[in-house]
Amino acid sequence: MEGRNDETPDRETLSLTKLLPCRELQIKLLTTLFGKRGDMTVPALFVYGHTATGKSAVINSVLKTHKLPHVLVNCVECYSSGFLYEAVLCALYTCQGSQKSDAPVRCDNMNDFVRLFRQTCVNLDLLNETVYIVLDKAERLREMDANILPAFLRLQELVDGNVCVIMLSEIVWEKFQCGTGFQEPYVVHFPDYNKDELLRILMRSAPAEFSEDLYQMYLSLVLSVFHIVCRNLSELQHLAAINFKKYIEPIKNGEATESDNRKLWKNFEPHLKKALQTVYLREVSSTQWERMLEESDMGKMITQQGLSSRTHVELPYYSKYLLIAAYLASYNPARSDKKFFSKHSDKKKKPKVVRKQERTNNHVLGPKPFPLDRLMAVFYAIVEGKVAPTANIFMQITSLVSVHLLAQVAGDDQIDVPKYKCLVSFDFIKSVARTVNFDVVRYLYDFV
Amino acid sequence: MMTKKGKKNKVATSESVSFVEDTNELRSLGKTVRDLSNISIISLCQSVLKQQLTKGLPTQRHTNNEPLSVQGFDQEYRQLLDLVRRTATSGESNSVLVIGPRGSGKTTVMKNVIAKLWSDEQIQENLLQVHLNGLLQTDDRIALTEITRQLKLENTLDDKVFGSFSETLQFLLEALKSGDQSSKPILFILDEFDLFTHHKNQTLLYNLFDVAQSAQAPVCVIGITCRLDVVELLEKRVKSRFSHRQIHLFNNQTFQDYVIIFKNLLTLDTQFPDQTYASQWNRHVERISRDPTVLDLLQQHFTYTKDVRALQQLLMYPVCQLCDSSPTLSVSDFVESRKLITMDSKSAMLHGVSILELCLIIAMKHMTEIYEGEPFNFEMVYSEYSKFAQRKSSMQVFEKAVVLKAFEHLIHLELVKTVDGAGSRVQKEYRLMQMLVHETQIMEALQKYPQCPTDVRQWAASSLAS
Repeated sequence: MEGRNDETPDRETLSLTKLLPCRELQIKLLTTLFGKRGDMTVPALFVYGHTATGKSAVINSVLKTHKLPHVLVNCVECYSSGFLYEAVLCALYTCQGSQKSDAPVRCDNMNDFVRLFRQTCVNLDLLNETVYIVLDKAERLREMDANILPAFLRLQELVDGNVCVIMLSEIVWEKFQCGTGFQEPYVVHFPDYNKDELLRILMRSAPAEFSEDLYQMYLSLVLSVFHIVCRNLSELQHLAAINFKKYIEPIKNGEATESDNRKLWKNFEPHLKKALQTVYLREVSSTQWERMLEESDMGKMITQQGLSSRTHVELPYYSKYLLIAAYLASYNPARSDKKFFSKHSDKKKKPKVVRKQERTNNHVLGPKPFPLDRLMAVFYAIVEGKVAPTANIFMQITSLVSVHLLAQVAGDDQIDVPKYKCLVSFDFIKSVARTVNFDVVRYLYDFV
Repeated sequence: MMTKKGKKNKVATSESVSFVEDTNELRSLGKTVRDLSNISIISLCQSVLKQQLTKGLPTQRHTNNEPLSVQGFDQEYRQLLDLVRRTATSGESNSVLVIGPRGSGKTTVMKNVIAKLWSDEQIQENLLQVHLNGLLQTDDRIALTEITRQLKLENTLDDKVFGSFSETLQFLLEALKSGDQSSKPILFILDEFDLFTHHKNQTLLYNLFDVAQSAQAPVCVIGITCRLDVVELLEKRVKSRFSHRQIHLFNNQTFQDYVIIFKNLLTLDTQFPDQTYASQWNRHVERISRDPTVLDLLQQHFTYTKDVRALQQLLMYPVCQLCDSSPTLSVSDFVESRKLITMDSKSAMLHGVSILELCLIIAMKHMTEIYEGEPFNFEMVYSEYSKFAQRKSSMQVFEKAVVLKAFEHLIHLELVKTVDGAGSRVQKEYRLMQMLVHETQIMEALQKYPQCPTDVRQWAASSLAS
C-alpha cells in the first residue's frame, strides 16, 4: 500500500478528489475495483454508510468522469418491480445517448428483464464493457418480491455478461440476508466525516465578501453547538447557511469588527441555542426563521408560532372535559378512582407509604386502555353542572377518535362497551385543562 | 495509458528480498512487451485474473488435468456425467437433485459436465438443453413460455411465445408425449430448485417428473439447490415420481486443498500470450503462497468459511491493485483486503452516530441489562438518559424533542426496532422497542469512538448507574 501512494494518480482521479474532498480512499478503491472498461469486475457491490457521507456522489461522479456506461435508479421511486425493470432498461438506452426504440419498454417479471437486458446490451454494443446498475436506497428492495434482491446480486451470472450491480444503503448488509442466502456482494463502507473533515467540506461554501478566517470561526461555532446532536452533513450545511446572516449582523451594524470573536459569539450563541429547538426540529420552517432573524424580537415569535402552535387545539367545551376524563382514565389505575372522584370518600385515609414506592409510573409506561363506562363516570365526576348523556356527547367521543386524540382499542361498536386509549401528551392535556380552569395534576396518580 | 515511474517501490517490511527481485523482473518483462504492443502486459494479466476471480477458472483446465480433483468432486462429477450421457445416448429418462451449500461449486460441476458432453459431436447435435432458474421463472406460466422459447417450438416466433398458459402446457405435453425413445433427448436444468416447489400445485415439477417416469420423450431433470430438506418440500405425488437420486456436494476440502485453490485462482494458464511472463508470474504466485503472513491470513479465512467465492472476494482487492508501478502482489494488500472484508459493519455504523445518539444507545444497553431483555419505550430511555445527563455529566441536557429526533434516527438505521410492527395506535414515545446491537459491539465502538467524553465512557462501563 505505502509504496503506491507516491505514484501520480491520473488526471480524472485528481479532479475527482478535488470535487469530493475527504473521500480519496474510497475513490481509489472504487476506481481500482472498476478497472479498465473491458475488465470483469465484482458481480455486486454493496456500499453502506450514514446519511450524507457521499455514497451517491462518489459513485456517480466516478462513473461519470470515467464515462462508464451506467444506469442510476432510485428504489423509492420504483414502488413496484415492473417500474424498476422498466426504469433500468429505459435508462440503459438513454445513457448511451442512442434513440430509444419507438415502442415503450414493457417488462413485468425478472425473466423478461434478464432477456431484454441481454438484448439491449447486444443492440447497444455494450458486450465488451462493464455496465453498471446503481440502485440507490437499496433497503427498499427487501420489501419487493423475494426474488429481486438475489437475482440482482447474481445478475452477472444470469445475464452472462459483464454487469456490476451497485447498491447504496444506510442499513448494514446483515439486515438484507434472508431465505436460503445468496451470492454475497463486495461490501464497501463509507465512514463518517470527522469534525475536521466536516469543517473542510463546509468551508467550500464560504462567502466571497468575508475573510476565510471569519467563516471558519463561524463554522466552528455552529459545529460546537450542533455536532453533539447531529452529524448529518446536509443538515449542518443547511443550518450554517441560514444562520450566517445573524452572525455577521454586528459587523454590518458597525458594532463589532471581524476580529471581535467574543462579541460576535455573545451575540450569536442564544440564536444558535434557539435554532436547535426550532429550526432543527422543523418547528418553524427555514423561511419563517429567516424572516424572524430580520425582526429583532424573535423569542416571542417562536413561542407563539413554534412549539405552542402544535399543542394548542380549539375544542368544544364538553370535548375538553371528555379528553381530560380520558386522560385521567388512561393514566390512573382504576383502583385509585374512588379516592380521586368519589364525593363522599373520607380524606383521612391516605395511601400507605410502602405501596407508593412499588408503584410504577404510568407516564413512563404509556396509556392503559379503559372501558367507556369508566370514561363516562370520570367525566361526570369532573364536569361542572348537569350534563345529559345525549347523542351529542357520544358523538364527541367518536369524533375525538377520528381526530386521533383517542384511539379505540377493543370492541367494534358502541354497544358492547368499547375500550379506548388516550393519545395526547401531558403538556397538551395541561394546556387543555388550563382553558377550562381545571387542575389536572391534582387528579393524577403519578403526581400525587 | 498508465504512467510509469522509475521510482523504486517502497517494499513493506514483511516482504522478503525475493519479492523485490520479482518486482524488478516482472517490471522489466512488462516493459519489453509494452514497447511492442500498446497494451501493457500487466494490465492484460490483471484482466485475465479478474476474469478468473469472477467467472471461475476456465473449464477446459478442469477437464484435462488435476484441478478438478482438488475440488474433491471427482466421483460426483463422473456420476452426473454418466447419468446425462445415458439420457443423451440411450434415451433413458432420469431425475437427480444436486444439493450443496452456497458457493460449493454445484453450477461449476454442472458446467463441466456439459462442456465435457459438448466435446462429443454426436451428443452436441442430439441433446437439447433447457436452463431454468427459480429466481427468474417465478411461476409456472413464465417457466412454460421460457421452455417453449428455449426449445424453439413452432408456437414461437422471434422469441415471442403465443397462447395462454393452458394452451402452452397442453402443447408442450403433447409434444413430449408424442415422442418416444428415439426422439431427441432433453436436458432440464432447474437452478434454485427449492423455489420451484413454491409454485402453485407444483404443476411444472409434476409434469416434468411424470414425463421422466413414463415412456415418453427422454428427459433428464437435474435440480440444483442448497436446501438439504428439499425433498420434504415436494408434494406426495411429485415426490413419488422423483427418482430420489441425490448428489451431495459439500465443501470438505482441507487447508492444503484450499491453498492449491488459492494458487490456481492466481496463476496464469497456458493460454496466456506471453509465456515467459506467465511462468515468471506463476513463480511469483508460488512464492506468495508460501509467505507465512499470507498463509496465516488464509488459515483465518478458511476457519471462517470454506466457500471458494469468499476466497475470490479476498483476492479481488490485491489483484485490483496491480499496476505498472507495482507489478507484483504485495502481502500488505492481502492484509488490507482481509481487513476490508471482515469489518464489523454495526460497529462501523456506531462509529458515525452523534454523541447524543451514543448516549441513547448506552441508556438502552443499561435498560436491556437491568430488565433482562424486556422491551422498552422512548420514555424509559429518556428518563435513563436525563438521569445521567443531569447528575453525572457536564454535558448539556437536551430537551425531549431533540432527543426524540435522535432516537428516530436510530430506528431509521435499524439499530433499534419496534417489537410489534404496528404503530399508529400508540404514540411513538410509548412504542415498545428492542435493541439490535450487542453490548460487545457497543463497547468495541466506544473504544474507537473519536473524542468520546470521559463521563460517557464511564457511564457505559457501569451498568448499575442510577
